Amino acid sequence: MDLNLDAPHSMGTTIIGVTYNGGVVLGADSRTSTGMYVANRASDKITQLTDNVYVCRSGSAADSQVVSDYVRYFLHQHTIQLGQPATVKVSANLIRMLAYNNKNMLQTGLIVGGWDKYEGGKIYGIPLGGTVVEQPFAIGGSGSSYLYGFFDQAWKENMTKEEAEQLVVKAVSLAIARDGASGGVVRTVIINSEGVTRNFYPGDKLQLWHEELEPQNSLLDILNAAGPEPMAI
Amino acid sequence: MDLLKVNWGRRKHSLFYYLFLASKQLFPLDLYLFSPNPFRFDQPSSSSRLFDFGRMSQAGVDVPAKGGFSFDLCKRNDMLIQKGLKAPSFLKTGTTIVGLIFKDGVILGADTRATEGPIVADKNCEKIHYMAPNIYCCGAGTAADTEAVTDMVSSQLRLHRYQTGRDSRVITALTLLKKHLFSYQGHVSAALVLGGVDITGPHLHTIYPHGSTDTLPFATMGSGSLAAMSVFEAKYKEGLTRDEGIKLVAEAICSGIFNDLGSGSNVDICVITKGHKEYLRNYMEPNPRTYVSSKGYSFTKKTEVLRTKITPLMERVEITEVGEAMEE
Repeated sequence: MDLNLDAPHSMGTTIIGVTYNGGVVLGADSRTSTGMYVANRASDKITQLTDNVYVCRSGSAADSQVVSDYVRYFLHQHTIQLGQPATVKVSANLIRMLAYNNKNMLQTGLIVGGWDKYEGGKIYGIPLGGTVVEQPFAIGGSGSSYLYGFFDQAWKENMTKEEAEQLVVKAVSLAIARDGASGGVVRTVIINSEGVTRNFYPGDKLQLWHEELEPQNSLLDILNAAGPEPMAI
Repeated sequence: MDLLKVNWGRRKHSLFYYLFLASKQLFPLDLYLFSPNPFRFDQPSSSSRLFDFGRMSQAGVDVPAKGGFSFDLCKRNDMLIQKGLKAPSFLKTGTTIVGLIFKDGVILGADTRATEGPIVADKNCEKIHYMAPNIYCCGAGTAADTEAVTDMVSSQLRLHRYQTGRDSRVITALTLLKKHLFSYQGHVSAALVLGGVDITGPHLHTIYPHGSTDTLPFATMGSGSLAAMSVFEAKYKEGLTRDEGIKLVAEAICSGIFNDLGSGSNVDICVITKGHKEYLRNYMEPNPRTYVSSKGYSFTKKTEVLRTKITPLMERVEITEVGEAMEE
């Protein structure tokens, strides 16, 4: 079994960003893989750029960390120069400039989401190559392939905050069930005019889907369990 | 390459020594392999240069920075290998390195085997490197790379301490290492477990050769990481005491030593708490040398001393005070 521990650290990932009536909800799984080995089963893929803008990272772990570090730095300077919190559009544009101008070297897809006082809650998807698309909802990462149909059917305009978060958690959990490169826990971040709320849903508390088994705590529990009663004649 | 020209005339070395030297030349990849320079927004102009990325700020002009990778000799090396010359192998640390956060701080652990292909080059090497009085770093991967990168960042941290007048923070070491490794795009093969206690508390990070980092309560790296991680996943819990933590780290490293071919020999442990650190070199030696002759070793013919000449390296200088001491 060739685990290839020298493979670059990549985040298989499922990342989601959804707008609702009053803000945005960002969601992600927590698995970072190196080849076939899970290097970090509890990573945080939703990184803060400013107080009101967060970004979901997917693709190469190193590339996405470096891009988000640079953009956080630029936004910090921009906020000081502007004298006001930066808008989501500016954050998305800065990410897009880095992603597009270095498209040959970078391999990272990002979803920028946040709330500002001019436009409210906004989601911008920035896939490989450096396009920027403003969308009511965006999905990314290897696990997103399994969610396109789901979102076409389940997403609707003007959801409430609870509905939107439940949708995101359900979607990430469906992708985790089907995508090998996604797993761990589900993290969500809700951003609106009042501020930012981070939530955490452990993997074994998620709803089970078709043909999934209950998580077992340990093989020892199964092995030591009492067997069936011996047959009696 | 000047090194080669000088040595050629003076002493005879085998060809592989030159190959070895050539491969040691380092050059920042981002300047010579990729054009335009990554992360440069538009045409070079001082106004748009918002960030100082060390070497990159000198890259505005076409003068190459000193040091870094140079691929000039690659074609020649390929030709030599085709002709039958054996390329030198490099020293890798097969390795099991681990770190965990316990109640009062951080415990780092490492094995002590350094391999060169299938041969054990060093049976008792030190893989826990000093970064700052309160920060230590375990290194896996190519031994030269881990040594060089940790020494470099350790001296950068010391200069930073002199400048700021404060104790170094773990996140500073993390950022310096991550920036360096990213700019070499994974060619500096150093996978590190960085741990320390600073004013903000205990921290533990893993750093991969491509420059990505993770922050974790317990971490393992190296070829023996799977064996060690299985021990941690089974037995780790929050709020371990010092003795429990040391026992768990030793167990994880032993698991790597006995189940991974690239790791072996002894267990090194380093315990870092607020204001205090303990480097337990060879904490456990589970692989003692068997069959040691009880008579000891002696050599029949003693070495003859033909001639003795002592050359002092530092001149002894007499200082005579002439006149009065200077006064302001």
